[in-house]
Amino acid sequence: MSVIIIGAGPAGCEAAYQLAQAGEKVELIEQEAQPGGNLNNWYQLFPDRKSAQELNRQLILRLEHPNIRLHLGCMPTKIDRREGRFEVQLNDGALLTGQALLIAGGFQLFNAHRKEEYGYGIYENVITSVELENFFTNQRIQTSTGQLPKRVGFIHCVGSRDEKTCNFHCSKLCCVTAVKQAIELREILPEAEILCFYMDMRMFGPGYEEMYREAQEKYRIKFVRGRLSEASENKAKQVLIKAEDTLIGKPLKMTLDLMVLMVGMELSAGSRQLAEMTGIEKATNGFLRVKDPHFATNETNQKGIFLAGSCSSPMNLTDTLTDARSAALTIREYLKHIDL
Amino acid sequence: MMNFWGFSIAEARVIDYDKNDKSLAEMLAEEMPTTRLCIGCGGCSATCTAGNLTEFNIRKLQMLLKRGETKDLRDQLHKCMLCGKCLLVCPRGVDTRKMILFLFRQLSEQDHNS
Ligand code: SF4
Ligand code: SF4
Ligand code: SF4
Repeated sequence: MSVIIIGAGPAGCEAAYQLAQAGEKVELIEQEAQPGGNLNNWYQLFPDRKSAQELNRQLILRLEHPNIRLHLGCMPTKIDRREGRFEVQLNDGALLTGQALLIAGGFQLFNAHRKEEYGYGIYENVITSVELENFFTNQRIQTSTGQLPKRVGFIHCVGSRDEKTCNFHCSKLCCVTAVKQAIELREILPEAEILCFYMDMRMFGPGYEEMYREAQEKYRIKFVRGRLSEASENKAKQVLIKAEDTLIGKPLKMTLDLMVLMVGMELSAGSRQLAEMTGIEKATNGFLRVKDPHFATNETNQKGIFLAGSCSSPMNLTDTLTDARSAALTIREYLKHIDL
Repeated sequence: MMNFWGFSIAEARVIDYDKNDKSLAEMLAEEMPTTRLCIGCGGCSATCTAGNLTEFNIRKLQMLLKRGETKDLRDQLHKCMLCGKCLLVCPRGVDTRKMILFLFRQLSEQDHNS
């Protein structure tokens, strides 16, 4: 039996390997020139600060399994269902067939330009959490004027929990990412003042709350509960921000040398296209809807089409990999069933 | 507060973080690192005897201090009866009572020196 997987990020790679190990043939399609997806942009992972590229390397290494055929730089142009089989036409002319289709198209990050009042792309010292990861990779932190920042602010919930950006959902990972990045920043800038502006601290995973405590006590990160309303820039290219310190009940203003926007997660454009091509329903948060939130978390409203990873909701890497293994099991059950 | 013909002009309410003097907060954080762990839950102020009887909010005073706003602290800290109920309920292990004693000492030293 063969399974077609679309998307070779962590979810697609893990599901491909699990299915291949179980003896299924896997066609793995990736639109980029290399597998890994969003993991390629990350430096260290929470909560254990594992190297993101080390994990990526392990995932990619396992794609050398003889049962896996990897199609890089490819996109499906047409998906048909004929006599219980899926036929996927690729842009390079290949035609793949399989008994099951797994969508692992993942997420994309919120485009910070859309939150114009925060000044991304307008003020020089406003960056996103992804750009900060790149700074970490290069171990170089400085402002646009070439100085070491003395005060850095992390802004939570950018493009999440905000109906003004049409994103009602919580992206789940940005709180812990902010805490992780604040700690990493402290290690590079021992003297700087580092503040997080949050609406709620959502430290859902094992070890996360402990990390938050450590950030406060050991790493001297300050937390202010309040949503940034707007930002502006002064002559020195610092960012002036206004928020309410809601636990005090007073408006607060301060200047930052560097402002980091914790951009949220949305369904990726690729996943959206796949949903349109295959008739998979979307949930109210814009991600792909699973058939049942408890018993059928990898199935969809379309028989034979499955989901893995963050195309169904924001997930951390632990949950993404678990979800991929769960999808592999679900698909194997399904294949057994149609075998009869 | 000034009163002009029935209109009053309040002092600016906004916390000007750049201008505020945060040295007392820094001293406290150095001296008692556990005070950095406060999450503003309000457990302390909910149980506080003084706070239930008078206009006194130990959670808020602590947070104001961290933003460099010490006026309320000076005006109100004496209301604390040092009963220690606040530290019994704190989920983050902040020794609020010890913090209050430390602040008392610092403030009276400052007053003494000025
Ligand atoms: S995880 Fe935190 S920062 Fe991200 S959307 Fe949820 S509350 Fe906001
Ligand atoms: S020690 Fe002071 S602040 Fe704490 S509960 Fe007693 S009166 Fe309130
Ligand atoms: S009980 Fe502890 S954590 Fe909660 S507000 Fe008081 S000092 Fe802060």
